[in-house]
Amino acid sequence: MPRYLLSVYGPAEQEAELRAFADTDAFTERLQGDGRLVFADGLEPATTATTVDGQGGRPAYTDGPYLETTEHLDAFWVIEAADLDVALALAVEGSKACRRAVEVRPCRTERAPSERC
Amino acid sequence: MTGPTVEQVITRVHHEEWARVVASLARRFGDLGVAEDATAEAFLAAAERWPREGVPPNPGGWLATTATRKAIDRLRRESQHDAKHQAARIVYDDTPHEPTGPVEDDRLRLVFTCCHPALALEARVALTLRLLGGLTVPEIARAFLVQETTMARRITRAKAKIKAAHIPYRVPWANDIRERLTGVLAVVYLVFNEGYLASEGDDPVRVDLTDEAIRLGRLLRTLLPDDGEVAGLLALMLLTDARRSARVSGTGELVTLDQQDRSAWNRALIAEGSALIRERIKAFAAGGDPPGRYQLQAAINAVHTDAPSARDTDWSTIVALYGRMVLLDPSPIVWLNRSVAVAEVDGPGAGLAEVDRLAEVLDGYHAFHAARADLLRRLGRGGESRAAYDRAIALAGNPAERAYLTRRRDQLAG
Repeated sequence: MPRYLLSVYGPAEQEAELRAFADTDAFTERLQGDGRLVFADGLEPATTATTVDGQGGRPAYTDGPYLETTEHLDAFWVIEAADLDVALALAVEGSKACRRAVEVRPCRTERAPSERC
Repeated sequence: MTGPTVEQVITRVHHEEWARVVASLARRFGDLGVAEDATAEAFLAAAERWPREGVPPNPGGWLATTATRKAIDRLRRESQHDAKHQAARIVYDDTPHEPTGPVEDDRLRLVFTCCHPALALEARVALTLRLLGGLTVPEIARAFLVQETTMARRITRAKAKIKAAHIPYRVPWANDIRERLTGVLAVVYLVFNEGYLASEGDDPVRVDLTDEAIRLGRLLRTLLPDDGEVAGLLALMLLTDARRSARVSGTGELVTLDQQDRSAWNRALIAEGSALIRERIKAFAAGGDPPGRYQLQAAINAVHTDAPSARDTDWSTIVALYGRMVLLDPSPIVWLNRSVAVAEVDGPGAGLAEVDRLAEVLDGYHAFHAARADLLRRLGRGGESRAAYDRAIALAGNPAERAYLTRRRDQLAG
């Protein structure tokens, strides 16, 4: 079954909205109940991120997220859906629940191992 | 009398069979790229062999068989490069048709895949013209005045997204079909409009695009014969295209509706379009859905094509039809069109009052300034009219329209 990453972006500092939290949890629970949820979580603010580059001789650590943008990944779901229409329909509900736009991106799970990255 | 040449037969078969062959291969092999390439190869084989060997008794069947064979050959060849991956594709399950909707035509699935809302509008247009219309990439690139490589990349990227994101090859579910179909019709109408009133380039009308859009409209009508808006869009395109030859003068200038030589209008297209409108009026009277925007626009066009002369135009019916349009689509452009009709019924002063209310939102739209210029001219306000023509000319992209507006401006006294 194809997998999709549904991601939610938001400004670095954001007021938590209790209604949105409750609705988002309810949505996540429903995904789980329907057997569609692979994994989901919310993230601590982007200011808590550490970026690591291990390509050189000695690893380099940077305090902060990889991309310097005004909005950062805030939360995500990984779901299983038969096709994009199913995934988009679920993303619409997720977007309503968390009161944000949701990016839907296919995972490479279904590709041959050699093609995955 | 001689029959058609082999070349003519191939052109006709290309029009009739291309989409069908692509669509059935897409279902069978689950890959639009393979379907497209194999179909193109099959037509190439036909162009080589038919002149020598004669046209086969069932050209469509010959092409389908040949294309299927080409697709299998190709997948076999590829499978030798990457055995594990391709083995999966070659036995791609020839899924039996699921109950997908009223019509079980592969071409309808293809329409909805090409016009999927997850694809950018320009990608939808390009894919539709390539996979359903059978236009070549250079033809599509030329029609939209972009580089061939740009267009090729656009199509390749769209096909890659369809594959990677699993955009389904399916007619949408019943609760989505109305909205999705609206998106499909928008793509076809965009192709038509780009041909009819080209926004860029030197040709005022690009016949290849209007013809292609009408062909797509006819195909949709075949696939969804009971849908009012499908009929409405086809009628709208036919009634508009019927006036094509009267619309641009010998010197390349736009000729407005009231100045057109009505004897040059294509009566066959008008009859076909009018019949569709009559059919929709009957369906509505029998309790069907109220007309959508394409049916209303087509009906407005039918009022024009029914009038023996510009003076005989039933403008109050047009105002009433725009009144219904505004309820469906309260966009400033619809209001602008309604205002122009109001000016014909209640005089240019009344029309101008309505037009002026749109000044803020439509300031960057040439047709707004052109409409204002005309109304100001009729009210004898020459100076203001001239300024409005200047704005309209500066904003108009179409050469025939610019030529027309320039002449009108220069005719102003003083």
